[in-house]
Amino acid sequence: MIEWISKPWPWYVAGPLIGLTVPALLLLGNKNLGISSSLRHICAACFPGKIPFFQYDWKHEVWNLFFVTGVLLGGFVAMHLISNPAPVDVAPETVADLAKLNIPVDGNLLPASLFSFENLLSTQGFFFFVVGGFMVGFGTRYAGGCTSGHTIMGLSTLQWPSLVASCCFMAGGFVMVHLLFPVLLKWL
Amino acid sequence: MKLNPENTSQVEGPVLQFPEECEAPNNTLVKESLVGSNIKYLLLGSFFGIILTKAEIISWYRMQEMFRLQSFHMYGLIGSAVVVGITSVWLIKKFQIKTVYGEVVVFTRRTFSWGQVIGGTLFGCGWAITGACPGPLFAQLGSGFLAVSVTILSAIAGTWVYGRFSHRLPH
Repeated sequence: MIEWISKPWPWYVAGPLIGLTVPALLLLGNKNLGISSSLRHICAACFPGKIPFFQYDWKHEVWNLFFVTGVLLGGFVAMHLISNPAPVDVAPETVADLAKLNIPVDGNLLPASLFSFENLLSTQGFFFFVVGGFMVGFGTRYAGGCTSGHTIMGLSTLQWPSLVASCCFMAGGFVMVHLLFPVLLKWL
Repeated sequence: MKLNPENTSQVEGPVLQFPEECEAPNNTLVKESLVGSNIKYLLLGSFFGIILTKAEIISWYRMQEMFRLQSFHMYGLIGSAVVVGITSVWLIKKFQIKTVYGEVVVFTRRTFSWGQVIGGTLFGCGWAITGACPGPLFAQLGSGFLAVSVTILSAIAGTWVYGRFSHRLPH
């Protein structure tokens, strides 16, 4: 059992489990799945200023902050109690493509050489941490949701604007990986 | 963002409603205590984080495979999650299943905004760079990539900047 659970979970196990968080949240307390909103609640709680966008009762939405704290703890549990001892398996075509960009496939979940504190103050670190993070925060709020709020929750309730958003998420990713990475990573 | 349907036909264009509603709202009517009522969301979030980590959705490499169409993993994951989500929502509506407090389940309706196109594309770019959407960012940090805390701080900054200038952006 422990051995099976420690291995990477296949999509047909993990996907349906993720789908089940939608009814779980709805039935536990009429909550809508959406993780990027937690970033907005943090702004509203810590530095709302006089900005109208952050003037609302964030305490009413505090469940969302409990949820993301849980996600953080879940990452810890999965990594330390039921972690996969084998190196992360990456498709050979991807390994070859990344080699062209000088990004090593090192067996970790993230390339440790890129996502380390040592790399933080380099231009490369600035790109992967600061620019990337900013685009995630700005983009999700501008879009009104992220992969959980639009792609999972929005599509589950058949909201066509969420389908538009989800397609744009994918389009942005394709543009970044295929058009911008080859150019940008040469300079970083 | 939310458009006022009565104003969309006016020449001035759509009028933003401030303060805008939360997009992942808490629609419950019962009075909730800070810790007692919310601890179950901490537990559910933990399960969610374990799934994200064990299915390697927090992996930067998996996102690269997805955007390069070199693995079916993420497509299978998102596809099956959506199918299960649609089915459960359909069942809740069909049998009028109530919440554990006996309330009617409220579904939030979304309206179209250009933010979904522009913001969505920007987020997609950020997703490819960081290898994570907001959920996996928290799980990456929890799983020991402590430097990702900087990414999360930057994402909070991005959210703040959006909030500060949202009234000047096309929606």
